[in-house]
Amino acid sequence: MSAEEVMVCGVGITSFARTEDDGRQLAVRAVRSALADAGLPWSRVRAAYGGSDAAGNADTLVSELGLTGVPFINVRNGCATGGSALVSAVGAIRSGAADVALAVGFDKHPRGAFDPRPADWGLDEAYGRDGLMVTTQFFAMKIQRYMHDHRISARTLALVAEKAYANGVRNPHAWRRKPVDADEILASGMVNDPLTRYMFCSPGQGAVALILCNRAVADELEGIPVALRAAVVRTRRFGSFEVFSPWAPPGTPTSVSADAARLAFEEAGLGPGDIDVCQLQDTESGAEVMHMAECGFCEHGEQERLIPSGATAIGGALPVNTDGGCIANGEPIGASGLRQVHEIVQQLRGRAGERQVPGEPATGFTHVYGAPGVSACTVLTR
Amino acid sequence: MEGTLSTAADPGSRLRGSRCADCAVAVYPADPACPRCGGPAEQVVLSGTGTLWTWTVQRYAPKSPPYAVPAAGFEPFTVGYVELPEGVRVLAVLDIRPEDAEIGMPLTLAAGDGVPRAVGARA
Repeated sequence: MSAEEVMVCGVGITSFARTEDDGRQLAVRAVRSALADAGLPWSRVRAAYGGSDAAGNADTLVSELGLTGVPFINVRNGCATGGSALVSAVGAIRSGAADVALAVGFDKHPRGAFDPRPADWGLDEAYGRDGLMVTTQFFAMKIQRYMHDHRISARTLALVAEKAYANGVRNPHAWRRKPVDADEILASGMVNDPLTRYMFCSPGQGAVALILCNRAVADELEGIPVALRAAVVRTRRFGSFEVFSPWAPPGTPTSVSADAARLAFEEAGLGPGDIDVCQLQDTESGAEVMHMAECGFCEHGEQERLIPSGATAIGGALPVNTDGGCIANGEPIGASGLRQVHEIVQQLRGRAGERQVPGEPATGFTHVYGAPGVSACTVLTR
Repeated sequence: MEGTLSTAADPGSRLRGSRCADCAVAVYPADPACPRCGGPAEQVVLSGTGTLWTWTVQRYAPKSPPYAVPAAGFEPFTVGYVELPEGVRVLAVLDIRPEDAEIGMPLTLAAGDGVPRAVGARA
């Protein structure tokens, strides 16, 4: 028996701007919005998966959504929370265990940088006391080395953020909706060299829900279904360079993003050259630059030509982070990965409004990367 | 780090790591198991000099706790990974001026009361 095809038949998203709502309220709103988009009632959902990093358990949402008896599994997998929930929902559809499944991700974080504790990471207290438990230091050191090896300029980093804010202006549910130009980004104050304040995303809030179904259900619905051709989660192999590492191995670092992307393309039977629009983890500008190459969309160093040429803008050859990415939407950990999928689904349906990629894009790709070396990728087609 | 240069040759101030007998992977701090193959690793005293693999500057005071602000107040400081001849890159506070940081520069690395610290070495 061949596996069932997996279709995305409904998507729902809340605003990612700061409000008084709590994470669970946002999640309920996103799920209801996704169900309405699919044209299905909550009682048709046969399996549910979801989670947040800091805003509570997803299974408690049944109090508001309805006590239908649906199996609801909590996922808590750091930056891959949304991706892991999605992979689980895909498995339920493919195996035939459910014909309609929900994946939901939500979060709400306090303002300011995340504040991890050394003991939670198996590190000596000295790393916290002496000021080395700072996530932004890692991102800065990774891109610093990459810029040295592949001749990427600080201006290119600024142009990535400039594009993110420009796309945020066109996205009604983005958090940052004002344009900021490259000069202002470069002058916004150094946080960790070479990264300035406006090159970073901030912890934020938001929720996203996706309704998945098999082909038979999709054929009965009115909306435009999008096929989820691959959904892959991987953890790091030996040789990678990760956050909060007292040491790193020698040689060119291995990349969990490259591993996850390659597997996702294999599963989909497509390659990076087939993709019309993509969403790449942009915790800060440097991450987007590096992930373009790690996921196979260009050679290392080519970004220095591609980004200033506008190739990654909405009208370019390979639009990247058309909804403004993490830089314009903030980083609610549990919601980010599914936000990316939401954006690709809307782009492939031709429903992305002012940020619609021209030329009726038919294929899309999403990529999440997070601590401590985890990546989730998807490939979607119309 | 007064005296770091002069004491760096003393094994007592050098970092203690471990190395796998089979695949020669060296790590810091010491780990009884090799992170690559899972086999047993032996304790070794790591080299006291290496080169700068990457770096950044901590321009703002990290959150306290866990960060302990120095008695004299917060000053931006440089951090980086120092690559040692054993093939391990060690995260350290660099006691150098931020404007002097350069990938590939030689550094002397030593254990102290807290995290490893490095100062410029004479090439």
